[in-house]
Amino acid sequence: MTPQASFMILAAIDPERETALRQLLASMNHAAGRVNPNNSLIPFGQFDKLHFARLLIVDDKTINDIRAYNLPPVNYPLYLAFLGDVDGDRDTLLEELARLAPNGLRSIFLCCEGFTSDTDLVAWMKQHSTPSAASYVNWRGRTVRCIREEARLREALEDYIEGAAATLTGLRSQEIHTHLLRFLQAEASSGRLTLTPEDPTPLGWWISNFLHLIGVPLLFLLALPILVPIGLIVLIRLRTLEKTDPELCPRVDAAYSNALALLEDHDVTNQFTAMGSLKPGIMRLLITIFALLVIDWAARHLFIRGRLARVRTIHFARWVFLDGRKRVVFFSNYDGSLEAYMDDFINKVGFGLNLIFGNGIGYPRTNFLIKDGCSDERKFKEYLRRHQLPTQVWYDACPGLTAVELERNTRIRQGLESLSMSDQEAREWVALL
Amino acid sequence: MGCPSMTQSQIDYSDVQGLVRFGYKRMTEASYVLLRIRDVGAARSWLGAAPVTTAVAVDPPPATAMQVAFTAAGLKALGVADAVLSDFSSEFLAGMTEDSRSRRLGDEGNSAPSQWAWGNSGSVPHLVVMFFAEPGRLETFVATSTGKAWNDAFDVLRSLDTGDLGGFEPFGFTDGISQPQLDWEQQRDVAGGQIYYTNVAALGEFLLGYRNEYDKYTDRPLIDANARSAGLLPAEDAPEKKDVGRNGTYLVMRDLRQDVRSFWQFISRKARGDSAEIDKLAASLVGRTRTGDPLVPIQKEEIPGIGPQPDQIRQNQFTFDQDPTGAGCPFGAHIRRANPRNADYPGHPTGLARLLAMAGFGPRGFRDDLMSSVRFHRILRRGREYGPGLSPSDALLPAPPADPERGLRFVCLNANISRQFEFLQNAWVMNTKFSGLTGENDPLLGNRETTSGRPGADNFTQQKDDGLGCHVSGLPQFVTVRGGAYFFLPSLRALRYFTS
Repeated sequence: MTPQASFMILAAIDPERETALRQLLASMNHAAGRVNPNNSLIPFGQFDKLHFARLLIVDDKTINDIRAYNLPPVNYPLYLAFLGDVDGDRDTLLEELARLAPNGLRSIFLCCEGFTSDTDLVAWMKQHSTPSAASYVNWRGRTVRCIREEARLREALEDYIEGAAATLTGLRSQEIHTHLLRFLQAEASSGRLTLTPEDPTPLGWWISNFLHLIGVPLLFLLALPILVPIGLIVLIRLRTLEKTDPELCPRVDAAYSNALALLEDHDVTNQFTAMGSLKPGIMRLLITIFALLVIDWAARHLFIRGRLARVRTIHFARWVFLDGRKRVVFFSNYDGSLEAYMDDFINKVGFGLNLIFGNGIGYPRTNFLIKDGCSDERKFKEYLRRHQLPTQVWYDACPGLTAVELERNTRIRQGLESLSMSDQEAREWVALL
Repeated sequence: MGCPSMTQSQIDYSDVQGLVRFGYKRMTEASYVLLRIRDVGAARSWLGAAPVTTAVAVDPPPATAMQVAFTAAGLKALGVADAVLSDFSSEFLAGMTEDSRSRRLGDEGNSAPSQWAWGNSGSVPHLVVMFFAEPGRLETFVATSTGKAWNDAFDVLRSLDTGDLGGFEPFGFTDGISQPQLDWEQQRDVAGGQIYYTNVAALGEFLLGYRNEYDKYTDRPLIDANARSAGLLPAEDAPEKKDVGRNGTYLVMRDLRQDVRSFWQFISRKARGDSAEIDKLAASLVGRTRTGDPLVPIQKEEIPGIGPQPDQIRQNQFTFDQDPTGAGCPFGAHIRRANPRNADYPGHPTGLARLLAMAGFGPRGFRDDLMSSVRFHRILRRGREYGPGLSPSDALLPAPPADPERGLRFVCLNANISRQFEFLQNAWVMNTKFSGLTGENDPLLGNRETTSGRPGADNFTQQKDDGLGCHVSGLPQFVTVRGGAYFFLPSLRALRYFTS
């Protein structure tokens, strides 16, 4: 299995260069919301290990919400964020970026503070890398190459089936499987179809993953004697806070919402970025850290095959702390419209949503952290839209394919890797075609 | 929440426009007149005096009915204050033709608003007056209802005639079989997960001012009590406020041109002219036979809100649980897209199984748990046909010169346009990835134009239990959008408030 990584380069924008930066970013698109994969600044299409990438100006319009707690707003710098999800490790990708797009990256980063024309690109990117607090990958280890090969496999099977309909119609599923297996072998041996075998899992990754798998729960168990009393105090305190924490879910300004919508639904997959400030106080910070730790652990070990709890539409997602853990940004790449995405969240994983986002200022009122909250659907949708940020540049290496389709294609390939199947298995497999 | 609390009041049917409760089926004649306000004063006085039909059941039923609904532009033209107007839903305020919305609704190519006969930027109506009448009485009814006061008040943008094809829609299928049943008594308990499909919908899904399927009140304008607003009912969730939305709802209107010839000619070609095969393919595109029978067997267990009439049970007492492979009713069939008949969890889990399902450890089959729970996405359909009927056999003949247009004046009611109509249209009807499929959208309604957001849509698959499904390719586009708008269908009290 190929381990996967993500990168996020975050740098303060030189206020005088903001307009120039916006123009540069816009020049990478065919039109708003539609990247040119061969743009001259960062030709994303040339990277064969990059799943998704985005560049955005982190312009939080909700920093004044903290006034609801009678606290003065903090004057955070305006950041540029450049992030992506990759096969392999982060540093290799950063080096590849510096190799394939040195001039484009330089002209972009020159709009940031502290970057000059003689700055070492790779060192600077590493220095400005910001880790995720939690991240999710739809299907662990499925590489861009694998996605593309599986998509081609499906297309080839589809074409073959269309041509051979006369032979195949009326055959039972077992027979069809055998037949298609022969077709695949012929295609593979003639070189027309490639299905690259999985790379061996690096030992180091395997060990660290195993340690993480048992280490986190172990630490949790060890800390239980401390965590229980703290947890009880937190819960009691929390319940009082929950009743008085202000809700800030006003109607989103139509112009802002329309500007966001302009960037959406150009493909079957969409990008989503939202950010906000944590509610003040150490307790909310601790809850957030703990919740993200749990999610990160679960995403790393439990939800590795196409589902984040019940949600099957997310390709990659991550949560990142900013500014000394005062603010959190959430990024995701999801299928369908935002409305459907939000409905999925509310109806399928509302508890998890409340647990994390409920610590953000203004979130619809929760009850013991996981209840209510987003089930106030209209408030939640306004809240989320209000916290959403426009993503100036967004790249998807495999457009037109939903996460569910990727799973279907993977299941098709897996079926062709087994030489025999039970009747039931064969039926289910043929139903994928 | 199962029992009506003190704040929940009996519904006042005399405040609700009748269309919410009745389809006016006996009134087979109807005309929807799209208007622009010429003179505000005259418009207010005509509307103030208009005999708008209410939802009160009377015996014998009335022979005529009139309903009135406004677009956002119409309310503005009528002088509704911006502060009130801005609290209506954003999709209502933005209108159906906003660019990003068109992309989501599939209103592109020849269905794009720029191609519409009405409803695009140059021709947004202010209001629609819907006239309904029993056979032979429409003309007189319209004539007596209009006249000088009407002419002073309005310019007629377009008068949309309707026809009656005897309970069939233009393609020739029995129409309007499945409708949600509104919980007028407000007895429905929506708390907790719903593990079985129900056809009963919380009143707040279809009428503003009442609890919806989330047990919440959908946003609508609530205003201060004063002399002007005195006639309005208080808001249940904020008794100190007056509720402009209460007993009103949103009305979505879309003119859908149906190419009946293309539909039957395509099917006949694919079925090589074999009449039994033609029936079979047509039924599988729709998910019902032409007489309305579903393609999956009805179940023994009752479904709340269906029956007790034998016809209802025969046509609607089913879910797709009995057909997990799509061999009975294809996954992509029109009725399976428009209402997947699911509940909050796949497989009706209880106890521990339900907890596991919630955490994402439920059934892991490829098609398990793909769809959003249907109870949040129901619409109440009130559409009518237009144009002359054309039987399937006549449809096979070449079109005569000046073949008249025919189709559906689609009308639906819902309290939340984005979560109900738009979701259904976007995530289910137009979605080429619906239910794990690829390259097909609604076989009847789908826009077939390929875009980056809609890669390939001209296929249809009939699944099988054992063996390869049958792929039908090259589906032409059978339905083209010709016009449309979002309206607010006010309560009688709100109508008086708007016009006083």
